Amino acid sequence: MRRRIDPRAEQNFFRGLLWLFTGVTVLILFFIIFYILKNGLPVVSVEFLTKNPQEMGKAGGIFPTIVGTVALTLLAVLIASPLGIGSAIYLTEYTRENWVTRVIRFGSECLAGIPSIIFGLFGFILFVTKLGLGWSLLSGGLTLGFMVLPTIIRTSEEAIRSVPYSYREVSLSLGGTKWQTVTRVVLPSALPGIATGIVLSVGRSIGETAAVIFTAGSSLHIPTSLFSSSRTMSVHFYILAREGISMSNAYGTAAVLVIAILVINIVAYGLMQRFMRKYC
Amino acid sequence: MKGRARMTRLERNERLIRLALLLIAFSAVSILLVITVFIFGEGTPIMFRHGLTKFLFNGDWYPLDKSYGLLPMIIGSLVVTGGALVIGVPFGLACAIALTEFSSKRLRHVLKPVIELLAGIPSVVYGFMGVVILVPFIRDHLGGPGLSVLAASIILGIMILPTIISISIDSLEAVPQSYREGSIALGATRWQTTRMVMLPAAKSGIIASIILGMGRAVGETMAVIMIAGNAASIPRSPLDPVRTLTSNIALEMGYAAGEHREALFATGVILFVIIMVLNTIANLTSRRRTR
Amino acid sequence: MIASKNFLCKRLHVLILSLVVSFGVHGGCARGTGQRGVVVAGSTSMQPFADHWAEVYMKEHPGRVINVQGGGSSAGIQAAREGAADIGMSSRELKPEEKDLLEVMVAWDGLAVIVHPSNPVEELSVEHVQEIFVGTITHWATVGGFNRPITVVTREEGSGTRGAFQEMVMKTSRISRRAIVQDSNGTVREIVAHDPESIGYISLGLVDSRVKAVRIDGVDPSFENIERKKYRLIRPFLFLTNGRPSGAALEFINFVLSRPTQEMIRHDGLIPVFKE
Repeated sequence: MRRRIDPRAEQNFFRGLLWLFTGVTVLILFFIIFYILKNGLPVVSVEFLTKNPQEMGKAGGIFPTIVGTVALTLLAVLIASPLGIGSAIYLTEYTRENWVTRVIRFGSECLAGIPSIIFGLFGFILFVTKLGLGWSLLSGGLTLGFMVLPTIIRTSEEAIRSVPYSYREVSLSLGGTKWQTVTRVVLPSALPGIATGIVLSVGRSIGETAAVIFTAGSSLHIPTSLFSSSRTMSVHFYILAREGISMSNAYGTAAVLVIAILVINIVAYGLMQRFMRKYC
Repeated sequence: MKGRARMTRLERNERLIRLALLLIAFSAVSILLVITVFIFGEGTPIMFRHGLTKFLFNGDWYPLDKSYGLLPMIIGSLVVTGGALVIGVPFGLACAIALTEFSSKRLRHVLKPVIELLAGIPSVVYGFMGVVILVPFIRDHLGGPGLSVLAASIILGIMILPTIISISIDSLEAVPQSYREGSIALGATRWQTTRMVMLPAAKSGIIASIILGMGRAVGETMAVIMIAGNAASIPRSPLDPVRTLTSNIALEMGYAAGEHREALFATGVILFVIIMVLNTIANLTSRRRTR
Repeated sequence: MIASKNFLCKRLHVLILSLVVSFGVHGGCARGTGQRGVVVAGSTSMQPFADHWAEVYMKEHPGRVINVQGGGSSAGIQAAREGAADIGMSSRELKPEEKDLLEVMVAWDGLAVIVHPSNPVEELSVEHVQEIFVGTITHWATVGGFNRPITVVTREEGSGTRGAFQEMVMKTSRISRRAIVQDSNGTVREIVAHDPESIGYISLGLVDSRVKAVRIDGVDPSFENIERKKYRLIRPFLFLTNGRPSGAALEFINFVLSRPTQEMIRHDGLIPVFKE
């Protein structure tokens, strides 16, 4: 007669195991944030955020890197948003599901999976070298824009799709054209969802290093034009940390980065909640 | 007559808008196309010139001596990714199961977004934590330089946790409640239900999450450069340093010229192919789920 | 209401776009001597120094912009040739096939072989260093140290520092493929500073209290010994241009070669080109 394990005991064992693993997982993830903030927050001050770095970052602040990060991210979003939202509008409003839409969506999904280093390679060879743009905000912005394009397409598509059909019906029955319906009824309603996608892209751009370092360069000066090279916070942190230039400043930069990303993600989450509450 | 002209102009405008939007929509595909064509265009000639087998299975990477064997890096990527899965899958799945089958909805709705938030932490920060905490630990207690397969696997495993957890939770939540209720009604415990009903039902989504996690691990560059040691040789133990395909590109891209540059593009081609295959498999398995 | 919000959105979008375009056009027209400035790219060994020189230069000549990038010596050579940089930086001699570029020597730098401060080894012969980096010597005990394996740390293949090391120490032998590779001197220093079993090579000017520079063939790696030509591991810091330099690039090169800057170079830890 085969000995049977008491199912309840089995469940208790596995439940314990599962919670142990979960506890360890959550602990590790929280520990990373805690460690960075614990070592980095003391370094962060108004001075740190507004002064220029000295001695290649050993002293002084990180102001140019903040400017660089903001400029680069803004550029990426400005490039990706019209393309992404336009694509989403087309996919949802202007066509049925057919091979064209499947190709477009497949292309977008594949783009999403390409590792950032390949974007960096592509951006370096095409923008920096072949097109002669050099290490610049423009090279970096274009590269980052292409990287976040799939995210914006995906979230915008979902957002637009979620707008109830009745909204469109009402507008059309009132005599509005398709385009009027889209721009004056559907888009404004889908805005929180679209904004979520944009905010998520911003979050991703801020943390991106591999693609940025090869296209926007690592100049420590405040960028003055699209063709200036600029260092982002991620790149600055990477350089400070690896070369041991200043551990405390590295932690400080990391703390600013982490907090920025946390805030951005919370905002995105809040936007998404507001959107879902509206339509679900 | 005048009324008819106005309607045609409106129709024409609408058609123009539709065309413009179609072109914009193709932008995503064309960008992908440009990148693909570019990378393949620059990378494939050298593979055929040197012979594909020699390229993939030669163990000597000394580009300045014209020796372009990618084998150590291919093995490096495989080993490090495998190691990441060994760590990421058990912990990630356990977390997903615990949060869907064994806890309240409220807890899940608090923890899941928090875990997804952690996916946004930049990879350089993960790499840094590895350098500051993990590498010295391995060096002092396990031997070797600390910069190793083990370090890379652990850090990558942690990095892919949010991906696996988030998508697995989604898959488990998507299984109809009736499955769960039916199983309990038949007298099964929650664990038995999970093991024999829920997991098989959510299988394709969970597999998709693992494959996506794999894709992320294969494509990771910065963290790996910081903690894996970047030695261009086949690792003989988990404590040996290792170089991945991604690190190879990043380390040498800035200065590679001529044939060397083509060799790096070829590395990119191989990476590209691996990730495309992984992505397609993930898409296919998750699409099967929704049917 | 929806219509007016949309109208405002459109206006805002146009405003942002026009700002971006004008920013870009302004930047585009001012390339070279204006906003983009003089791009100086290449050797990571030279980068911190070049950055310092650029800082001083820009302070003395407000309005001028010098843009310093890294990437490694070979990257700098490439960039100078392809035009991505106005001035390329190389911390090794040019190879015969690279001699199409014009070179200007701006400083000398010593190459230091470093170990962890707790490592009992104080000196090594060039032959020993070579054998360690090839991989034939694998234990510190063989060269008079403690009984632990040697962890070899090297720069990446395109590095000028590695190129110089290859030329002066390795000669025709290859550095072991099992060596740990890092892509900047600072990172190599970090690793050696934390790993008691490691050995590496960095720019002499970068050596600080966290690592120990060993004597090579009995000679202490000091600036005096380099100037007296007793310490033989030295390499040139070169500025490279595609053709004769002109305009802002020429001015910067002249600035670096000027007396006051060369004094500063000695202060920074390098060996100036012009003796007093």
